[in-house]
Amino acid sequence: MNIHPLIVEITQIAVLLVAAPLFTGWVKMVKCWFQGRTSPSLFQPYRDIRKLLAKDVTLAENASWIFRFTPYLVFGVSIMAGGIIPILSMDLPLSATADVIALVALFAIARFFTALAGMDIGTAFGGMGSSREMTIASLAEPAMLMAVFAVSLVSRSTSLSQMALVVSQGHAMLRPSLVFALLAFILIALAETGRVPVDNPATHLELTMIHEAMILEYSGRHLALIEWASMMKLFLFTTLGIASFFPWGIARNDDLVAVLAAIPVLLFKLGIVGVGLVLIETGLAKMRIFRITEFLGSAFLFATLGMLSFFMLE
Amino acid sequence: MDTHIASQINSLLAALILLTAFGLVVQRRMNALLHLFAWQGFLLAVSTAIVGYVGGAHDLYISSILTLSMKVVLLPYILHKLIVKLKIHKEVETVVNIPTTMLMGIILVIFSYHLTAPIRELSTLVTRSTLAVALATVMLGFLMMITRKHAVTQIIGFLAMENGLLFAATSATYGMPLVVELGVALDLLIAAFIFGMFFFHISTTFDSLDVDQMARLKEED
Amino acid sequence: MSLSPFLLVACSFLLLAFLLLIIPVLRSNQKHLIFAGSALMMLSALAAVAAGIWTVSSGAMSRVILPLGLPDLPFHIRLDRLSGFFLVVIGLLSSFVSIYSLGYLKGYLGLRPVTSLVAFSALFLGGMFLVVLADDAFIFLVAWEMMAASSYFLVLFEDERIENRRAAFLYLIVAHVGAISILLSFGVMAGLATDFKGFGGYAFDAMRETALPAGWATTAFLLAFAGFSAKAGVVPLHVWLPEAHPVAPSNVSALMSGVMLKTAIYGIVRVVFDLIGDFPWWWGALVLVFGLVSAVMGVLYALMQHDLKRLLAYHSVENIGIILIGIGLAMIFTSFDMSLLAALALIAGLFHTLNHALFKGLLFMGAGAVLHATHERNMEEMGGLIRFMPWTAALFLAGCVSISALPPFNGFVSEWLTYQAFLLSPSLPSPLLNLLIPLGAALLALTSALAAACFVKAFGVTFLGSRRGRHHGIIHEVDWSMRTGMLLAALSCLGLGVMPTLVIKWMDPLAEELAGGTIAASASGFGWMWLTPIAAERASYSAPIAFLGVLAVVIITYVVLHARPGAIHRVPLWDCGFEKVTDRMQYTATSFAMPLRRIFGYLFSIKENVHHYPPASHPAFPERLHYHLRVRDRFWMWLYQPVVDASFWLSRRIGRMQHGRIQVYLIYSFVTILVLLIFSR
Repeated sequence: MNIHPLIVEITQIAVLLVAAPLFTGWVKMVKCWFQGRTSPSLFQPYRDIRKLLAKDVTLAENASWIFRFTPYLVFGVSIMAGGIIPILSMDLPLSATADVIALVALFAIARFFTALAGMDIGTAFGGMGSSREMTIASLAEPAMLMAVFAVSLVSRSTSLSQMALVVSQGHAMLRPSLVFALLAFILIALAETGRVPVDNPATHLELTMIHEAMILEYSGRHLALIEWASMMKLFLFTTLGIASFFPWGIARNDDLVAVLAAIPVLLFKLGIVGVGLVLIETGLAKMRIFRITEFLGSAFLFATLGMLSFFMLE
Repeated sequence: MDTHIASQINSLLAALILLTAFGLVVQRRMNALLHLFAWQGFLLAVSTAIVGYVGGAHDLYISSILTLSMKVVLLPYILHKLIVKLKIHKEVETVVNIPTTMLMGIILVIFSYHLTAPIRELSTLVTRSTLAVALATVMLGFLMMITRKHAVTQIIGFLAMENGLLFAATSATYGMPLVVELGVALDLLIAAFIFGMFFFHISTTFDSLDVDQMARLKEED
Repeated sequence: MSLSPFLLVACSFLLLAFLLLIIPVLRSNQKHLIFAGSALMMLSALAAVAAGIWTVSSGAMSRVILPLGLPDLPFHIRLDRLSGFFLVVIGLLSSFVSIYSLGYLKGYLGLRPVTSLVAFSALFLGGMFLVVLADDAFIFLVAWEMMAASSYFLVLFEDERIENRRAAFLYLIVAHVGAISILLSFGVMAGLATDFKGFGGYAFDAMRETALPAGWATTAFLLAFAGFSAKAGVVPLHVWLPEAHPVAPSNVSALMSGVMLKTAIYGIVRVVFDLIGDFPWWWGALVLVFGLVSAVMGVLYALMQHDLKRLLAYHSVENIGIILIGIGLAMIFTSFDMSLLAALALIAGLFHTLNHALFKGLLFMGAGAVLHATHERNMEEMGGLIRFMPWTAALFLAGCVSISALPPFNGFVSEWLTYQAFLLSPSLPSPLLNLLIPLGAALLALTSALAAACFVKAFGVTFLGSRRGRHHGIIHEVDWSMRTGMLLAALSCLGLGVMPTLVIKWMDPLAEELAGGTIAASASGFGWMWLTPIAAERASYSAPIAFLGVLAVVIITYVVLHARPGAIHRVPLWDCGFEKVTDRMQYTATSFAMPLRRIFGYLFSIKENVHHYPPASHPAFPERLHYHLRVRDRFWMWLYQPVVDASFWLSRRIGRMQHGRIQVYLIYSFVTILVLLIFSR
């Protein structure tokens, strides 16, 4: 039975909104298990968001409209991205809105404004966070493009649905280019979503913080939106990886059963990715900021090797 | 196992060998370098065995076992002993910074691809596409010897070059004659022993294995 | 006589001529002069825009031969699609800048007369129009010189400062070296067109019809490319640009950076695609490589600047690089007869030409507004301007978002098209190019990400935070005309960004004329909302949906969250509980760029000095720190310093002949006459 594509679209965005905090909760939970601590509930992120939404906003005296506009923009971009990435179905009406490059640029505009918000209140922390965030972003960008290049060589497309479709139709081929692109993508995703070893999402008052430094002055609903958006960003990068490298299980059309079946498959994959992420985060120590050049340099190397091996070996 | 899948697996192995070669170029820690080197040897052994199976060249199995025992077990073990004895676990400084080295490596890979293009068109073997990777491995080994200061890393670079040559031989012509290979293996073993002894003496004399120190050996003017 | 594009162009020139005629009359009343100048230049520019749009869409070519110039060498004028496109680029920004000038020039009232500024601006504008209309080498070079010379005087407008005179002089030298190179290139082509007999080859038509031998074609191309590169500010010929653009009055910098550089792009496209026409792939590769180097070096040097206008000037180097990347790719594709991809790359390059004109003009106007209000170019003295100049801040931000290639603004569309051209390069038949070209795409990605970092810095340090300067004068928003000029440019940036399919459809015949392919059918084959170069399943981008979608979510979220009343408490800064937050603790432009300065440090020549002034009590706790940083262009030292040194050395040698005694000079003259008489006997 086919359902209207718009319903699929709305379902997908609903899944994004609901599952993103859940995924973050899952990662925190597994992390606690690995470190032998008692874990908070899986639903703790929901409670945090609810608590923040209920609070009044405390705004710095010198904050301009940019500071107040940024949370909404970041949130809006995340939702838009959720409508583009094939999370449940490859046949989305919005998927033609942006290909991977435009999607990355959408995230970039969210980052641009977050960095400006960091500069807006005029503290040393804010400037530091913005400066570091933009530095890391500019090193991640070439690697990201190269990874896109490597994948697009296989799928002859940069449209996400098309990429997922081609990979899911492929006969489980051990393509070196995809393996390398995946490695590169993992490193880039760690950097882009601010995870260990690039940034530590758990820090709140350290000189090493990056993302947290920019949003230090936020409170109330603004902070709720930003926190929610950053959970969604982690979720979106995960689903982006799933769609590009492990698209099996994502519905190919708007068949109701296929779309519904895609949800448990997605949750299963997210569960595994969560454990993998925790393994990386507990296994590695946070890097010095100037080591990140090498980290992202390796991502670039992997992606380039992916591109080269497509021509050389395939 | 049909030829198509075998050639795909072989391609993947080639890609991984290339990856280890890059890993050797950029890795700072001595122990990790040895591990990477051992992995490279292992991948090479598996690749040799697969080529032997597909191409029906059964003497390649011996070559594979030889690689496994020498490059995966024996040589890393000797080098490990050496490192423990000389107490050089710490990070090794590179001459050129690492991202730049990576870029040079990428250029070398492209160059070797360009260089092997004519051979690739002549050859009919299923493994012909890996020839570029093999050449790149040799060049990366050379690059490693150039960009590193430490004498032990230079040996590893040298051995990695040899890996590349062996890989080239397997992929281009299904392996060298067994006699030659045995000879090379023996040479390597002896070379490793001699290097080991030399290093021991050098480091006791100079208190360092930094090759820059060896510049002092030249005659003063 | 019915209305035609050519008539509009003629009107445009007549308006400028009229302005030049009435300047002597109006010079006594500066206020009227400013008004008349702005109005006439705006009308002239608009007439050119109309003519350009019309020509590109109709394709009607009009040509005329003027009985001017030297005997038997009349001037040829031709208005075709390529000229039309560049008329639009030049005219559109010039009209905005003219509105802006109205307010900007009023700032000079009572300080200095602006007569020369208005006169040379009119000449400058006319020169640029004439360059793209010229159809023979002779008038091309005349127009080129007119443009160069008038802009020289514009740079020199505030001539009491030594750095302005120095910058203008440097500009003059580089411009002339470039012009010589272009002249030689035309000489080669014109000479071969008539086998070095007679002068008939100087018309572009003769050059078009001649198939040059490969060696000569390469010579002509290399000379032309070098000459135009000097004008465009391609690395390593860029050093004049960051000197000359910042010191000119801001409305002039907007024109110089926004459109004057584009005449060089026009020259390259005209010579390569139109006049020579048939070329090997390595020409394209050469253009591509220079484009990439300019893009990366331009943005990296921009990051190191803390003078707002210098920063923008270096970004022009970067964007010229991006344009050349598109053109280089188009040349490579053309040489392999892949006309579809060539058209895509060419459209990407030309679209970026238009976009860069708009956003760079906008940014220079914004910088001018800041300069106008604060009398300050150094960003380290600014901060918090968004509270005093909300309009300028918002409009400057639009420019920042555009130049950082972020959706939904126009800069993103053209860079996205360039990426698509890159992504299609694997279909080239040459394996080596297949492997190397993607690395170029990575460099482009690096460039645009660094540009975003740079504009977070530029906007953040200038407009956000709180004031860093020592003197706290009263800052006020600029007047309506300056705001209107900027607003129009910002709206065009947004419009071109949201509706790219319309522009591409309009530009497509031009690409077809030059590269032989057309992408309009596929680019908007999916409807006007989706931009789908080549095919929809290959790649697609829908700016309207992305823009409106995000906007809708933002509005809905805002409404939903404000349904329940929740107070906003304005409180002092928290800053992790730190109590004594002062303005001096903010990140500065220098500190913002510090991580990138360290990572890419080997590309600059950096001198860093830190002085501690320890008090008597304890040396470990310095009382005062003095930090001095100097970042210099390496190209200056590698390429230019030797030339400068050599010419000084030579001048000193020659200088020995100068004795200052009249008899010695008379002897020189006498000997010269004798020698000449002997030789001509």
